[in-house]
Amino acid sequence: MSESVSDTPPLPETSQTEAELAETGAGFATAVEHAAPFVGRPAAAPANVVGRRPRRGDFVYYGLRNKKLVVGVSLEILFIALALIGPFLAKYPPNALVGPGLSHPNHTFWLGTTNLGQDVFSQVVSGLRMSYLVGLLGAVCASIVGMALGFIAGWRGGIIDEIIQLFTNVLVMLPALVLLIVVGAYLQNRTIFFEGVFIGLTTWPWVARAVRAQTFSLRSREFVDMAKLSGKRPLSIIAKEIAPNMASYLFLVIILLFGSSMLLAASYDFLGIGPTNLVSLGSMMNNANQNAALFFHLWWWFIPPGVLLTGMVAALLVANVGLDEVFNPKLREQ
Amino acid sequence: MRRFLSRKLITYVVAFFIGVTMDWGIPRLMPGDPIQSMLSKFSLQSASYTAQYNAFAAEFGTNLPLWQQYVNYWKGLFTGNLGLSVWAPPAHVTTLIFQALPYTLALLIPAITLSYIVGNRLGAAAARRQWLDNSVLPLGYILQAVPYPFLALLVPYLFGIVWKIFPISHAYNPGLLPAWNWTFVASLLDHWFLPFLTLFLVSLGGWAIGMRNLVIYELENDSSRYMRALGANEGVVRRYAYRNASLPQLSGLALALGVVVGGNVVTEIAFQYPGLGTLIFNAAANNDYFLLQGIFIFIVIGVLVANFVIDLVYITVDPRTRLSMQGSTA
Amino acid sequence: MSVSVENLSVAYRSRRGDLTAVDNVSFTLADGEIMGLAGESGSGKSTLGNALIYLDQRMKQTGGKVRLDGNELPIANTKAMKHLRMAEVSLVPQYAMSALTPTRKIGTLTDDLLKSHKVRNRDEVFAEMKRRIALIGLKENVLDKYSFELSGGMRQRVTIILSTLLNPSLLIADEVTSALDVSTQRAVGEMLLEFRDRGYIKSAIAITHDLSILAQIADTITIMYAGRLAEKAKTETIIGDPLHPYTQALIASLPDVGVRHDTTTLVGIPGRPPSLTNMPTGCRFRERCPFAFAKCVETPPFVEVKPGHQVACWKVSQEEANK
Repeated sequence: MSESVSDTPPLPETSQTEAELAETGAGFATAVEHAAPFVGRPAAAPANVVGRRPRRGDFVYYGLRNKKLVVGVSLEILFIALALIGPFLAKYPPNALVGPGLSHPNHTFWLGTTNLGQDVFSQVVSGLRMSYLVGLLGAVCASIVGMALGFIAGWRGGIIDEIIQLFTNVLVMLPALVLLIVVGAYLQNRTIFFEGVFIGLTTWPWVARAVRAQTFSLRSREFVDMAKLSGKRPLSIIAKEIAPNMASYLFLVIILLFGSSMLLAASYDFLGIGPTNLVSLGSMMNNANQNAALFFHLWWWFIPPGVLLTGMVAALLVANVGLDEVFNPKLREQ
Repeated sequence: MRRFLSRKLITYVVAFFIGVTMDWGIPRLMPGDPIQSMLSKFSLQSASYTAQYNAFAAEFGTNLPLWQQYVNYWKGLFTGNLGLSVWAPPAHVTTLIFQALPYTLALLIPAITLSYIVGNRLGAAAARRQWLDNSVLPLGYILQAVPYPFLALLVPYLFGIVWKIFPISHAYNPGLLPAWNWTFVASLLDHWFLPFLTLFLVSLGGWAIGMRNLVIYELENDSSRYMRALGANEGVVRRYAYRNASLPQLSGLALALGVVVGGNVVTEIAFQYPGLGTLIFNAAANNDYFLLQGIFIFIVIGVLVANFVIDLVYITVDPRTRLSMQGSTA
Repeated sequence: MSVSVENLSVAYRSRRGDLTAVDNVSFTLADGEIMGLAGESGSGKSTLGNALIYLDQRMKQTGGKVRLDGNELPIANTKAMKHLRMAEVSLVPQYAMSALTPTRKIGTLTDDLLKSHKVRNRDEVFAEMKRRIALIGLKENVLDKYSFELSGGMRQRVTIILSTLLNPSLLIADEVTSALDVSTQRAVGEMLLEFRDRGYIKSAIAITHDLSILAQIADTITIMYAGRLAEKAKTETIIGDPLHPYTQALIASLPDVGVRHDTTTLVGIPGRPPSLTNMPTGCRFRERCPFAFAKCVETPPFVEVKPGHQVACWKVSQEEANK
């Protein structure tokens, strides 16, 4: 591809999405690219994909120079490392009663102990693993369902699109946490798999919306028409023309989903409707709260899990913004 | 407009239908006998156990065919009869709900509206001024990344325990008798502030960041460029950009409601604030299935109504939906 | 002279340094002259036109001057240009279809623009606007409508009315007919002529890649290639008797009406315009020019070879000198 710069450098094509907005009556699709795949916290979704495909060389060059991406990824790697090797550093099983209760952080117990005498550090690193696991499960599940439905809706259009949209909008309105409380009341034994799948099945609408908008936008682009005219079959068009352009966008969406899954799991675990008898960052905060950690100033019990979780998700968000800038030249600072 | 509203109404009707069906279906599809677990909390002798069991079974309708149970459930909904609470007998479920409702609304409505308004202003301002952007952005991301439970513990810890400014549980001082005097109202406000603050802070970051990005986008779009090319004041350009950016934000508000409700539940429970969140939690903990079901459907209705209100606001703000796209081009 | 552009150069900032899109361009416009500015995509014509009114942060002026009615236009200084925009120099943008904001009525938009220019007698201006709207055959109630309620052609014409409302000395019309059907193109073309004849605008630069519309409305045509001017002359001359090889090839490539192309083939110009990052030395057209010779590695100056006819080509200069 030549590097010729035309009179006015290419701007992200907004006309497609605006036309689509007009078609579908503004209200539904308007928020798509701006209401986040980051569940529940309204935030900016990744920007619209620029028509021109960035080359791999570009990625590395800009990627390494993007502060946000570098900082975010490095932090995240740190956390993941902690989750992986932490349990080997931890001397005790998370739930074992190993010391005097209510102790401050000290040499033996790096983050102190709970009211019963469990090692907080061991619990924290165990909980880290749980969080990543659930995050992964939720993100994968939501991505699969959301991408499939979103793509079908965007590609086929028509009545199939309307039905899927209806389904999506309905699901978004049902408060998932309340639903889980109700389900949890009947289902006494829950696994981490269940939690991950539940999160996936309740957050896929956000992915579907975003994927649908992108598909719509890309479907009517000129290069797809060209491919159709040249007689390529639909599957080939999807694989060669559409997928690469969507890939970067989807990647960003999945990262956001990963983060939101972790946060949702924290809320669910805090309320005790997470996996039964599993130590997680959310359940630690729950236990702390139930045992009057606030009153007894047991800050080491609930602050580390919270700070860690915030850090993990914030690193993802920042890396996400950085990655968005790498993919979309227009967002880069001059 | 007609098209916009009719599509929305269909969604609401379907959502309501699905909500009710879920509500009705879950206890009946779950393993185990719901009535038995309801009664497990009571230590009843066999005779009274059987009597109570039969009473509940009749209420539940377990001896009726499924479709009839379903129809009866709908009937109950429309007559406002959500059953009797097991956990707090002999109160009607509806009574309990309406007792808890004001507390939840007192948290939700101010928190949602204020975080939305303040967040939008903050985001729009950050879009224009680099120095503000440099502080708003990181703060916003951190707030977005904070899990609800953590803030719900940190805020009371700092403001209630460490700095001892506010109380951290219940809706009012338990030693007081509810009455319309200043002491009581002051206590109400005192206890309300921290949960409100928690809910407010969590949503704030997201709105600010979202608005910031939207405003930046709108400030660079074709209509803004045109106005600048024609020498418009930057203030005018900003106002127009803000108005354009508000539309997707408003849609985002509607979408976020379901999750804010979840956050509200977490906050209420952390603060032992007697709203619907605490109520549903207690209902679940005590296997009070009638209460549980009742609150669930009530919350669903609430979210649908709120969505509808936002739709109406959207119509007033967006000329495109108001005037509908059909037949408008000459 | 109404407009005088002297050695103007405009570049785009990029990571690889400045990319010159307009290279040392000079021309003049007389009062009342509509000049067509034609060229391929990437020739720099849009950059040139837009630079005269609004240099956004991606662009910078790297040389030259622009004068309007004898006074220098401070195009590099955005603040200084502000009160001149719309009032002295105005623009009908390439993106006119999306130029009108969707959430405000056209009348409100107009009012806010007038307020920005501190126009006191806004009622009179609105009355005049309504007269002009009626003049081009639209209904007055357009002012109460939103942009999305108008068709493409209506939007284009309303944008023209809005842009010329304060009777600017120079109007830059960027691809005003490109998005329209043929009959609307004609209506818009006639509208520009009418506005010029009535004095609503003094001179205009009509930027387009479509020579046929220029044939109808332009007094003179300037051909631009790869950031430089190739030829400027009266419309009839450019169409009927062009001198620059590029212009000749352009005209020759236009399909004739009524000719069936099973007997003759459409002739294009082989090759592509050079990229901004890889400009050849000397004449930029020489790699595609059938007449290129040794001297072409030097940059040919844009000079008047006949009265009112400027060309930048060594072959042409030499031929005319030998006459």
